[in-house]
Amino acid sequence: MVKFLIFRGERGEGAFKEYEVPYQEGMVVLDGVLYIQSRFEGDLSVRWNCKAAKCGSCAAEINGKPSLMCKTRVEHLSQPIKVEPLRAYPHIKDLVADTSWNLRTRRKIIKDVGFKPRKDASWIMKDEDIEKGREFRKCIECALCLDVCHVLREHQLFDKFVGPAYLVFSAYLETHPMDSVDRISWLKEEAGIMYCNITKCCTEVCPEEIHITDNAIIPMKERVADRYFDPIKMLFRKITGK
Amino acid sequence: METIETYELDVLIVGAGGAGLRAGIEAAKEGVKVGVVCKSLLGKAHTVMAEGGIAAALSNTDPQDNWKEHFRDTMYGGKFLNDWRFALKHAQLAPECVKELEEWGALFDRTPDGKILQRAFGGHSWRRLAHVGDRTGLEMIRTLQDKLLSFDNVDVFQECSIIHLFKDGEKIAGALGYWRETGRFVLFKAKAVVLATGGLGKIYKITSNSWEYTGSGYALALLAGAELRDMEFIQFHPTGMVWPPGIQGILVTEAVRGEGGRLYNAKGERFMQRYDPERLELSTRDLVARAIYTEIKEGRGTEHGGVYLDVSHLPAEVVKKKLPGMYKQFLEFAGVDITKQPMEVAPTMHYTMGGVRVEPDTQMSKVPGLFAVGEVASGLHGANRLGGNSLSDLLVFGKLGGKAAAEYAKTIKTPLVIDKGEIEKVVKEALKPFEEKDGISPYEIHEELKETMQNFVGIFREEKELKKALEKINELKEKAKRVKVTGNIMFNPAWHLALDLKFMLLCAEAITLCAIERKNSIGAHARIDYPNPPEEKYNHFIWLEDGEMKIRREPTPEPPDELKALLKEPPSRKWEKK
Ligand SMILES: Cc1cc2nc3c(=O)[nH]c(=O)nc-3n(C[C@H](O)[C@H](O)[C@H](O)COP(=O)(O)OP(=O)(O)OC[C@H]3O[C@@H](n4cnc5c(N)ncnc54)[C@H](O)[C@@H]3O)c2cc1C
Ligand code: SF4
Ligand code: SF4
Ligand code: FES
Repeated sequence: MVKFLIFRGERGEGAFKEYEVPYQEGMVVLDGVLYIQSRFEGDLSVRWNCKAAKCGSCAAEINGKPSLMCKTRVEHLSQPIKVEPLRAYPHIKDLVADTSWNLRTRRKIIKDVGFKPRKDASWIMKDEDIEKGREFRKCIECALCLDVCHVLREHQLFDKFVGPAYLVFSAYLETHPMDSVDRISWLKEEAGIMYCNITKCCTEVCPEEIHITDNAIIPMKERVADRYFDPIKMLFRKITGK
Repeated sequence: METIETYELDVLIVGAGGAGLRAGIEAAKEGVKVGVVCKSLLGKAHTVMAEGGIAAALSNTDPQDNWKEHFRDTMYGGKFLNDWRFALKHAQLAPECVKELEEWGALFDRTPDGKILQRAFGGHSWRRLAHVGDRTGLEMIRTLQDKLLSFDNVDVFQECSIIHLFKDGEKIAGALGYWRETGRFVLFKAKAVVLATGGLGKIYKITSNSWEYTGSGYALALLAGAELRDMEFIQFHPTGMVWPPGIQGILVTEAVRGEGGRLYNAKGERFMQRYDPERLELSTRDLVARAIYTEIKEGRGTEHGGVYLDVSHLPAEVVKKKLPGMYKQFLEFAGVDITKQPMEVAPTMHYTMGGVRVEPDTQMSKVPGLFAVGEVASGLHGANRLGGNSLSDLLVFGKLGGKAAAEYAKTIKTPLVIDKGEIEKVVKEALKPFEEKDGISPYEIHEELKETMQNFVGIFREEKELKKALEKINELKEKAKRVKVTGNIMFNPAWHLALDLKFMLLCAEAITLCAIERKNSIGAHARIDYPNPPEEKYNHFIWLEDGEMKIRREPTPEPPDELKALLKEPPSRKWEKK
């Protein structure tokens, strides 16, 4: 048997409840949660879709660590296995958090600085030209990185900082070989990239193993710094008006 | 009754997979007010899971390829039960639809000279599938969703389920749904409704499909007066995972075979040599699935009841580059390193070839204003779908359907009326499971349905088993009337399932009825008691009359002579011979 402690409750109020589930070889946390749902607690709220770590729906905090329930094997965990919703976000019910901020944020990015191809785009791109962008395209929007980032989790700066996942999205836009948009001032003013102080917690939890900080955030921060804080360039800009 | 939250739209799109998103984009371009509703969060629809690629005769990898070749392959794959008008449009328009994705930001794998690279797939005569490693669906859904979100005249309603369609006279007038989060009802008044709800895999036990695939689109269409076609053709994908038990049925993409993967039984025989010596592993899915099933059934299966699929003869870097998702999936879930060890696989229920009958130019059903696109629609795939032809289907017919729906909406000038009494009735009915005193758990009914379909309406079928299934389905329909849920109405999965049961049972009935009526074997439909192909090609159509399901057959339309001429030579692995 496997012991689970599942957070049950609504809008932040609630408590952990204990359940026992028979062990099966290769079992993952989501198997346990769905077992509990179908046998004991029909109304246990949980999000999932693919059950194969591809859709990013089943994010939760497992024994305190933001993880995908469908890919976390129970045999690697100490019991009872504590499962609770993503804590950075407002709570809805049981294991479901209100992540609607994600969609609003993505849409804002698209409206502000979405992909616009260059006028002379040839669409001839080599594998090596798109290699960087493809790393960022692996993002399944699971929100684990957003949940763990202290800027959002502790400081709740959801209205000032787009968070690691959407910096990854921005990095894809930035590295697209056919793109024509200048996002530097947007990254500083609207995305709040300077709030990130490179703790790398986001990179540690990313199930797609995207090098969020090293490959997405740091190069963009450097470009922002180049434009805004490099004294020679600043002088140049003053003179040329660019 | 308290007033219901109401939205007024020109076009309501039910579903945000590839088909719904593509339709939404095209409708939005027409300048009308568009709403897109989906049961999960945006971007989590089934399309995100598609792996192998999008079939389109771009002619990058093999310049000899063209739409005629694609048309021929699709017709052969479907055993000529396809409506040729869909197959024609699909083959002709797929390449430009893929290029559109690129122009909206998609990053496909490249040829050495910088174009979109294409890979081989079963039943395709040329290397034809545009792809992104083995996560093509993710790239496609992100590209489409981002394009859709760039329009100001589009609203997205996520985690909202549609349970009823309204008509004003003959014409569609809107839909009723509920927010999953709060359980509150929401009314969409709409001049046109596009169903893009995907498939119905959740009525089977072993399936590659997610919980969302409850067949609500098929059922909503039937209940609104539309017809379904050929529901007996259920595609069992040859290769699903068999172990560990928790992920039984999860897909192993055909790209594994496209990249050179080989199938062996437990005795080490490359058994496809016996079933299709010409095309081997890249034969059509119906054939490979039956071959694997037969090997297992006749005692040549592996430890966990599958066969071996092996890529260990390929260089490890190639496997990791072209099949990174599969590499990870097996390593993480099964502890198998596929660059060194074989995978264990067995057939898994995967796709529904049948679906809502629509017109090929507009995707409109018999009901004015009701459209269907994507997996929920039918016509293109005939008796068996070729891999990669679904993603292209979503693009081509999503685009056509979205445009036609917007154009139709513009022609509706007088306000449509939705009957208040009907709304109240639907709401009351939907809340009934909370009032049942000693009813039955929805999970229990669902479990029984899955067992029934899996055991009696599977890969090989037989009259007495099919009849047993029908009996059981009728029994479950009775049980479903007494379905009971506990807890409150907020984000209550038991309640959501209870509401879906009605849809699932209607789908199960339609499939079983068609399977009983088709007393021959063709494509994905294999009857043990009637192993021969039909003498004449025909399609099934299903509709409801006073709540009772009716079925009739119509001869499959014949293509005109100039297209028939294209169908002379059967498909083969032409790229290997060039
Ligand atoms: C694992 C896997 C791999 C695949 N790989 C390939 C491949 O490589 N190539 C290929 O061509 N095909 C592939 N397929 C098939 C293909 O992915 C699907 O057929 C296709 O994505 C279906 O798209 P769709 O837009 O019709 O529906 P979906 O993408 O499934 O979207 C359905 C949408 O409808 C919504 N919905 C459903 N019912 C309701 C309701 N009542 N109210 C509100 N919303 C509702 C859902 O929430 C969802 O948003 C694969 C399928 C699977 C499962
Ligand atoms: S590195 Fe930056 S984005 Fe990532 S968790 Fe730390 S502060 Fe947040
Ligand atoms: S960057 Fe990684 S952790 Fe963050 S949302 Fe994307 S996949 Fe999840
Ligand atoms: S269910 Fe899709 S990532 Fe877990």
